Amino acid sequence: MKIVLSVAGAALALFLTIAMFGGAGWTHPPMANKQTGFRGTGMDLIRTRAGNEELAQANRAPDPADPAEASGDKASAVYENVQVLGDLSAEQFNRVMVSITEWVAPQQGCTYCHSTVNMASDELYQKRVARRMFQMTQNINANWKEKHVHGAGVTCYTCHRGNPVPANVWFDTPPAKSSRFIPRNNGQNLASANVGLTSLPYAVFDDYYASKDTPQSLVRVNATTALPESKSKPIQDAEKTFAIMITMSQALGVNCTFCHNTRSVAQWDTSTPNRVHAWYGVQMVRELNQDYMRPLTTTFPAARLGPTGDVAKISCATCHNGANKPLNGANVIDPYPELAHPTTQANLPVGEAKDPIPGTNTPTPKPPM
Amino acid sequence: MAYYQNFVTLVQVRPLEPEMGVPVAVEGRVGKPFNSYLFGLIGNSQVGPIYIGYIAALSMVCGLIAFEIIGLNMWASVNWDPVQFVRQLPWLALEPPLPKYGLRILPPLAEGGWWLIAGFFLTASILLWWVHLYRRARALGLGTHVPWAFASAIWLYLVLGFIRPIMMGSWSEAVPFGLFPHLDWTAAFSLRYGNLFYNPFHMLSITFLYGSVLLFAMHGGTILACSRYGADREIDQIVDRGTATERASLFWRWTMGFNATMESIHRWAWWFAVLTTLTGGIGILLTGTVVDNWYLWAVKHGVAPAYPQVYGPIVDPAHLSPGVRP
Repeated sequence: MKIVLSVAGAALALFLTIAMFGGAGWTHPPMANKQTGFRGTGMDLIRTRAGNEELAQANRAPDPADPAEASGDKASAVYENVQVLGDLSAEQFNRVMVSITEWVAPQQGCTYCHSTVNMASDELYQKRVARRMFQMTQNINANWKEKHVHGAGVTCYTCHRGNPVPANVWFDTPPAKSSRFIPRNNGQNLASANVGLTSLPYAVFDDYYASKDTPQSLVRVNATTALPESKSKPIQDAEKTFAIMITMSQALGVNCTFCHNTRSVAQWDTSTPNRVHAWYGVQMVRELNQDYMRPLTTTFPAARLGPTGDVAKISCATCHNGANKPLNGANVIDPYPELAHPTTQANLPVGEAKDPIPGTNTPTPKPPM
Repeated sequence: MAYYQNFVTLVQVRPLEPEMGVPVAVEGRVGKPFNSYLFGLIGNSQVGPIYIGYIAALSMVCGLIAFEIIGLNMWASVNWDPVQFVRQLPWLALEPPLPKYGLRILPPLAEGGWWLIAGFFLTASILLWWVHLYRRARALGLGTHVPWAFASAIWLYLVLGFIRPIMMGSWSEAVPFGLFPHLDWTAAFSLRYGNLFYNPFHMLSITFLYGSVLLFAMHGGTILACSRYGADREIDQIVDRGTATERASLFWRWTMGFNATMESIHRWAWWFAVLTTLTGGIGILLTGTVVDNWYLWAVKHGVAPAYPQVYGPIVDPAHLSPGVRP
């Protein structure tokens, strides 16, 4: 009995030891620490040097294409149906086209957006979406420069990273399946990677990022007075705030103290400037989702829509991809001045979804020439 | 001699006849006693007989009902998928009613009704168990220290799930039943009320909690270290100090100038344990009812220090942007 137990105990101890070392996803030194607040406040960003290296590698900005001549005929004169970038020279226009192919559809090539029959045709929904996305990029670089993207700017690559659909997009959460006995779970209590595998509410993007009209008070759950003087907010609201904050933390690869002095997360005067940048980032995400993504719902074919028939939308992670500065803060916009400002004011029609070319199937994507 | 210098008890006393203890007025013990080597490693090797009166039986039935309601609700929340039930078990929960139901006695079952029913049976189970403990202590002619210590824990439980929600006017203020969900609730509770660390009763509770740990280690260590001189007979030595007590006392008087006695160390431990949940319950009860933001409360009363600002002034941008709804 004793021997059997000893052997079983030793085996269990060995197994647990191996599991602990091998299975727990430890990070190990050497560490890379950065103090982000006054000493003693515990405001530190703690990463591993190897993790930093990996993050930097994964977020390398691509080399910009060689500059093109600004002289010569304009694109709008050389090509038909150039609605956004028509003021560029044909050479500059082609340079942007080559770049966007590398940024967005390197495997699929030109024919991902362009009809092989007629390059000027708007038959493919990808082309109509891309046109609106050019406008969105210009809007971000012009109107959110001071507040969020600063000198670095964004290009298509900031989000797309060589994928036709960026890796980190979100869809509305479908309502729980109805049956005779499904208890309400508050939209929480399921392991969700979005909210760091906590049991916190997982459908928070729908609540916070979908609309420009989202009141600021939605996320603010702390009382502004020491004693109860107004109707207080329920704990469930605090859980939602906690959850959306974790999504930001995950998206940027930072901890709470990157923005907050966590002794009181609500206080602005003890926060870091990063919190202000993040605040504007949230406003930007709401604008982009409402003004650019949502109106494209009918442009996309059903297969590109989410479970509730909604369009793919943007969150912090869409651009940041795990780095607190997308693409390591590289200045990506200077080599592409045509994307830095709106070149056409009109909200171009986005069209209805239809077969890529009426009467045919989707053409097989061809590798780039 | 080295018996006591082990992680486990190496000496296992195994009586030829099972030990039945002192005779008691009501004999309600069930089960055939047996000796277990494994139990002997951590305590007495004899298991049973156990006393099951009608109160204990009722308590266990209520506990089982609560357990079943919680478990079945968790299973239902993954659409009765057995695989997901096992995979997601730590994440699953039975949530209290939504704020809109306030203190309604029975909201729709799927929207908090089950939570109230489970809470009722769990509370009934716990209170009945308290009565059971009290009656058994009395039946044996003991003091009632253990039931009253348990009552302190029940106080915290009732504050969290019953008293505070009533004072706040909504069952939604109560804690969900679930492993991770109740932990995330706790974190959200602190975030909602401006950091519970600035709640003085939370400070006291933590002090007693960590103090309990310290006292436990000091006392356990002292008794084990002096066992070779008979310190295991510590209760005898309250009145009849032997060399073990002398040495243990001297050890602490040497190292910290003061020593507890064989009696008082147990009062220290009992009170620290009892005060952990007693003060904790007071702290929870004050949160949201009397104080809405503990950080601001602490600033107001000079508890929270001001740190030098290392950045330029940071202003809430919601107040700067025209057109943004505050």
